[in-house]
Order: sequence, then structure tokens, then C-alpha cells
Amino acid sequence: MTLVLKTTPFHPRTAPLVRAQTWRRWAGYQVASAYDPHPDREYAAIRNAAALLDVSPLRKYRIAGPDAVRLLDRLVTRDVTRCAVGQVLYTPWCDARGKVLDDGTLSRLDERTFRLTSAEPNLRWLTMSAAGMDVTIEDVSEHTAALALQGPLARAILATVSPADLGALRYFRLLHSTVRGIPVTISRTGYTGDLGYELWVDADGALPLWDALVEAGAPYGITPAGIWALDLARIEAGLVMIDVDYFSAHHALIPDQLSSPFELGLGWTVSPDKGPFTGRRALRDERARGRMWAFVGLGIDWDSLERLYRQRGLPPQLPPIAWRGSAPVLVNGRQVGYATSGCWSPLLKRYLALAHVTAAHAERGTGVELELTVEHRRQRADAVVTPLPFLDLERKRA
Amino acid sequence: MTARRYDVIVVGGGHNGLVAAAYLARAGRRVLVLERRSMVGGAAVTEEIFPGFKFSVFSYVVSLLRPEIIRELDLPRHGLQILPLESTVTPLDNGDYLASWADPDETRRELCRHSPRDAEAMAVFGRLMQHMAMAVKPILGMVPPDPGSLAPSDLAGLLRFGRHMRGLGPDRFHALFKLMTMSSADYLDEWFECGPLKATKSASGIIGTFLGPRSPGTAYVLLHHYMGEIDGAFRAWGFQKGGTGAISDAIAGAARALGAEIRTDAAVERVLVRSGRVTGVALVSGEEVAAPVVISGLDPRLTFTQLVDPDELPADLVEGVRRFKFRGSSAKVNLALAGLPEFTCLPGPGPHLRGAFSISPSVEYLERAYDDAKYGDFSRQPYMDIVIPSMIDPGMAPPGRHVMSIFVQYAPYARTGGWTDAARDALGDAAVQTLARYAPNLPSLVLHRQVLTPLDIERITGLSEGNIFQGELALHQLFFLRPVPAWAKYRTPIEGYWQCGAGTHPGGGIMGASGRLAAYELLGSSAR
Repeated sequence: MTLVLKTTPFHPRTAPLVRAQTWRRWAGYQVASAYDPHPDREYAAIRNAAALLDVSPLRKYRIAGPDAVRLLDRLVTRDVTRCAVGQVLYTPWCDARGKVLDDGTLSRLDERTFRLTSAEPNLRWLTMSAAGMDVTIEDVSEHTAALALQGPLARAILATVSPADLGALRYFRLLHSTVRGIPVTISRTGYTGDLGYELWVDADGALPLWDALVEAGAPYGITPAGIWALDLARIEAGLVMIDVDYFSAHHALIPDQLSSPFELGLGWTVSPDKGPFTGRRALRDERARGRMWAFVGLGIDWDSLERLYRQRGLPPQLPPIAWRGSAPVLVNGRQVGYATSGCWSPLLKRYLALAHVTAAHAERGTGVELELTVEHRRQRADAVVTPLPFLDLERKRA
Repeated sequence: MTARRYDVIVVGGGHNGLVAAAYLARAGRRVLVLERRSMVGGAAVTEEIFPGFKFSVFSYVVSLLRPEIIRELDLPRHGLQILPLESTVTPLDNGDYLASWADPDETRRELCRHSPRDAEAMAVFGRLMQHMAMAVKPILGMVPPDPGSLAPSDLAGLLRFGRHMRGLGPDRFHALFKLMTMSSADYLDEWFECGPLKATKSASGIIGTFLGPRSPGTAYVLLHHYMGEIDGAFRAWGFQKGGTGAISDAIAGAARALGAEIRTDAAVERVLVRSGRVTGVALVSGEEVAAPVVISGLDPRLTFTQLVDPDELPADLVEGVRRFKFRGSSAKVNLALAGLPEFTCLPGPGPHLRGAFSISPSVEYLERAYDDAKYGDFSRQPYMDIVIPSMIDPGMAPPGRHVMSIFVQYAPYARTGGWTDAARDALGDAAVQTLARYAPNLPSLVLHRQVLTPLDIERITGLSEGNIFQGELALHQLFFLRPVPAWAKYRTPIEGYWQCGAGTHPGGGIMGASGRLAAYELLGSSAR
């Protein structure tokens, strides 16, 4: 019996680097919130050099067999029949009501083999969806370690240690190659909105892979980064996070806690013409009827924030890390939605939030108010509905 | 007749009687509680059976004590202190175990070891049960409306009840219907594949009933566990410091502080009735105490057929009470131990010793245990729920020594051949030997052993047929049917004679709900 959190295959390398014991839980694992006491340097690496992030706690399923395409096409909202070998799809999946259960990436490793990543455990849902199909579903979460190498210099670093043709590896594609002889799958993906890769490796190859990247990346300023830095980057990139920005339909206690893909800004992932899949009818109806809610960005007006603080004799105070919570969004004093995460963007120099608002208030440029606490008092700051992502770097796709 | 005048006499100082007394005293009534034994608590008592070793002799954990009672009677001020009982370990025959820990991640990982699919199903199952428990729970705080009645209060109650059901939504309503009709084993089969998990969960559906895990209707009792869980924020689930007797003492303390008088060693012989109206009670000692209202906290059989002359009651009510099923099916073994048991599956000390052990390796095991009882004998290999209270509250045993509480099922009240001393010893041996399969050093640690058969439970506490819930917790004996149709609102046909206790809605466990609801009903009716 152990009553401690699991550690990832990279733990022997990451643990000595966590200077302030800032650990957190992620899917039953112990991972670094930050290595430095404060995530500034780690965030800066994502946007300015290259950050190395241990994302092993992601759940990973290997789905193989003649019916793999059939199963996955039935499961997710995107059209898996059009997914080429070596392609990666970002996709949510829904229950029969068309409400999102989870979201993740689906990688086609070869003709009959896929890897699905997710935040929540999905083995049961996958098994249920696979009834009567010739397909094997394997939870490879523990055997597969994952590293995200993210930042403008990620490609340069990877090129020094891998023979892979990275120049030809397009956005949301993958290839099988090696890093200093260690077999890895390299995908041109990430959760930062920056140029970057995710590297998938057998757990026994984890430490040599880490060592190789850290050594080769040193001249490029490679920096191990934790979840705090990642959180800043993903808010800038407008990427939703389960259990923060939305809740799995499996866990919702009341209808208000459910979200459809359309309500999460993921309408683009719902294929209008693919074959039958779980939630299709409900989503078709919703597409015709129009969504009730929209997921938007909010840019908080600096002057109004400054004014609120000035009234209390203070300069504006900014959250040092991204916040996760719920803050009412109002129009003319009436609540029209709620923000679920927010941060000061060190790059954009703007105070940003991700918010759910009713469809009528989702138009770009709509003026709203965001409730926040200023020196122990609830106040309202002006904010403007801003399209997502806040930050859309050309190099992300390059 | 004594000089002092009372407004209400409560017969029986069990926890529900004490709760009723406290609420009535709080409303300004002059209340007297009469308890036959030398201590209050009924089945929630702590006794030093062997010098230095204290036992929660009968009821041993708190699960459902109503948060509003804790609040309104300010029980923490009077000694309520509930300590966490955080894990349940089911030892398995192959030397492994299945555990559920306080931390959800740990529990999920543990379950993953046995079945990754079940680990996921558990999260969804937990949400569903929690949600249904949320919908059903208000019933615990509600006087059950009678669907056969057209009285405005009943109609209003039914309407409120209907709204709770509607609020469930169709999916959960369907699930609730299944829970009401299925056996716990069948219901759990729909969700899980891991045998020990299903067995350990289904065990909570059979406690205190004369039913097996495959008997229809047992699924519903699973919900009761989740009701405890949604009150988890109140921390009303666990082990009371000083044993369950300390809960009774806390309630008694609150009642006294509110002005109630409590007399122990004061057994009531009968309730005095003149012209269909209560006038007081007569004690076994010959003393008579007058009061216009008497509440019986005893079980329905005693309330309706022993304390009063059945001639005072309608024949159909008496018949209904006669048919009310008691069928005590469980026994208790209390051990004083020289040291800690060593479990083969989890050797050495550890947090598991501060939690519960469930001897429920498979549903088949439980069903076989039931088979023995069906045919008139105790289970040779019983289901057992075990805690070591001295690990949670060191005050329960001398330093380094321990007490162990073993709930044993099945042990039928009506054992073929009766409960002789030899049969009692054989039951104690079966319990210890069954446990010794998983903790081989246990027999060598036993300093003292107390075995309580259902007959012993009846003899000591008065509970008819030794049923720990004052009557089986089965669907046909719940809600507006408890204890008998048309008399589920704490009243009786005798004016001024009231009832409360686990034999009335909402049933057993250290909950206090019936005492509170009876008091409010009584206050409401006398105000009119």
C-alpha cells in the first residue's frame, strides 16, 4: 500500500529542480507547478526560447484493429475517416445529449492504430462504444511518457538530436523517429499556442530523452517549465481546460454544468456531414437552433481596473499566476455569464479572461463588466468581448 | 403520584427519545425521560465490559446523524466529536486486498489495480448515487405524507415529494426505479465487474435485514450510504470519541441543559390510558407518573402491544404491528486484544488499521452466508464489518491494548435449536476463525470476548427479536408504511400517545430524525 501520489517517469530529473516544493496533483500524479518559486522565467521560455514540460499524466489509449476507425468515428465529433496516417486531430467527444465528455488529441499512428489522449479516464466509455467491434483498447498511460518541447527554438533544439525531417513535419502531423537513438513519436502539437512538439516515448526511454534534450537545448536556453507557465500560455492561446472552463457531462450534477462543443467555441470540430456518432442528433439540432452560450475571450479594460484600485489608494494589483474560479460577467448590471479563468498576459500586457456568455452577448467588441475583488470589496471592471485566441502566432503553424 | 407535573413523558432513553425530549424541552415543555437501564443510549451505549476496555457495545459508527440536530441542539458543545474513519479494506482469499481510501485518487488507483473499467465506472456511479441521494434525502427530514389520504397536509406533502422526484430528470428517475426494485447484486452487476467491489458495496444493502445480496429491494439500501456522503461536509460520518454512548450522552446533555429531566433505572411497566386518553405511566417499581402526553421510543411491537393494552387499539393496527418484520439477523462480537492484528494482505502497522475491514470477498460468499441463515443457523463464514476503535480513539483501551468491534451477519434470531451458551460460543468461534484466515495472529491476541446474539441484544436493549433497526429496513416497511400504514406520522390511535424511534420513519442508524420529527409533529398538534 502506498498513500503517495504517483510520479512520472521524469520524476528523478524534475524533482531536484523544484526549488520551492510547489507541487500539484494532475490525474493522480505529482507534477511541478513551477520549478522556480515564480513561473515568469518558465513562461518566458515558452514564448522566447524553449520550455520542456512533463505532460506524462495525460491519459493515453492505444486503439488498434480493423474497426479502430469505426470506433473512433463513432466516438468523436470530427470525421476520423478523413484522418490520414500521421495526422493528429484535436477533438472533443460527447454523450447522446451532445454534451462534451472530454477533449484531447487523436493521432493516427498507422492504418489501424490510433492514440487518443484525454484528461479524464475514458477506458469505460471507449469499451462501451466498442461493443461488437473488432478492436483492442489499451490504456498505455503508465507505459508512455510524454514531454512537450514548446517555444520558438523548439525545432532548432530537436534538430540537433533527431534525424527526423522536422521541416517537413506540418502542424498537427506526427512522425516516428529517434532522439539520440531513443525511439520516439514526434507530433507537431502542443497546449501553448506556440511553435512546439510533443514527444511520446516508452517509459524506459524517458530519462535518456530528458537528458538529451536538456543537454542539446542548453545553448538555446531550454528551460523546464511547470503547470503555472503552461496555464498562462494556454489562456493566451484560448484553449479550454476541463474541470476549469467546463465540466465533463459524466460529472455534471445539473444541466447548467453541461456544455456542448458549440458552447465551448469548438463548433469547428463538429463535422456536419460525417457518419453516425454519439451526440449527432442533438448536435445537428443545436446547429440548426443556434447555441445558447458562447465561449469568449474578455480583455479587461486597464483604465477601469486602475480606477477601481485608485479609489482604494492603491496601484493596480495583478494576479501573479492564472486564476481558476468563477467570476460573474454582467451587462447593465444583469448577469449574462461568468469567467472561468484569467491571467495577466506577460506577452500581450493585457489582463485576459476566458468566459461563458449567453449567445446574445458574444459579439466581438461587446462591452461587459467583470466582477472582481479589489482590496476585499466586490467591484466591476469594464471588459470587452475579444475573439479567441488572444494570441495567434504565425510560428504556431509554421 | 409524584409532586412534579410533566407535560410529556418519553419512554426509553435511546437516542431518538433523547432527541425528542431535547426538542420538546427547547419548546418549553416539562419533559421526563424514563430509561430502564442504568445508562441512556439504548443501542448507542459505551460500556467498560472488561476493566480498561470500553466498547460501543451495539451500534458502533455514526453515519447519518442529522446535521440540523447537531446544529440546533449544539451537540459539539455537549461532547459530540466525530473522528474520521477513512478507509475500508476487504481482504481477499488470494492474499490480496481491495481498499477504498480517504483520498479519491488513491482509491481510484487501488481500484484500477483490480479493474480499470470499474475505477472509471465508480466515478460515474458515485455521481449518480449522490444525485439520487440528494433527491431522496429531503424525505429524511419530512413527515411522510400518506398517498392514501386526501388531507391537505398529505396532498401538500405528496406534491413536495413529487417535485423532488421530478427534479431528478428522466435518467435518474429510471435509475431510482431500478434501485427500488432490484437486488443490490443485480444492480451492481450493471456497473461493475470486480467481485470483491460488488460484494463490499452490496453488503451495505443487507445490513440489519434478513435478506441476501440477491434479494430484490436490497439495492435501495445502498442509497443510504450515499446520503451519509452528501453530508460529508458536516463530518457526521465516522467514529464518536468515547464510543457511540458519548453521542447519547451529548444528546442527553443537551436535553438536560434545555430543562429535560432524565431518570435511569426507571423501567416503565405500562402506559396509563383512561377513556382512550393517556394519563401517565406506571413504573415497574409501582410508582406512577402523570402526564397528558407519552412518547414511546421503543420499537413498534413494544409500543403497541406491550406498553398499552392492545384492546385500546383497532384490531387492524395490532395485526399490522404483528406482521411488522423484525427478524434480527446480526450479532456482535466485541474483543479485548493484547495487541494489534496483523493482516496477511497488509502486514505491519498502517492507516488501514484506523479504518474498517469488510469480510466480503465475493457476492457468492455473502449469498452462502445467507443460505445458512435461511435454513435456521448462523453463517459458518459470516459477513463481517470490523473496526478497531482504539486505533481511532486511544481512550478506548489501555495503552498498547486494543478493542475490536465485529459486526456479524447472519445470525438469525429464530435459530433452529435456540441460542444456547454453546451456540453463542460457536458463533463467536466462527467469527474469530473466519477473521483469523486473514489475520492469523488474532486468536492469540484475544484477552476477552463478548458475543451478543440477537437474543442477547433483545435481552439487554429490549429491541424485539434483536433487530438493530427496530424492524427490518425493507421497502415495504419504509416511509408511509413504517411502522404501519396510516400510522406513520408518530401518532397512535390513543390520544396523547406518540411514537418515535428507528421503527418509525425514516428508520435506523444513529440519525435522530424520528425523534425530531415526532417532537415537531407533537408541538404542531398541541399548538392547534
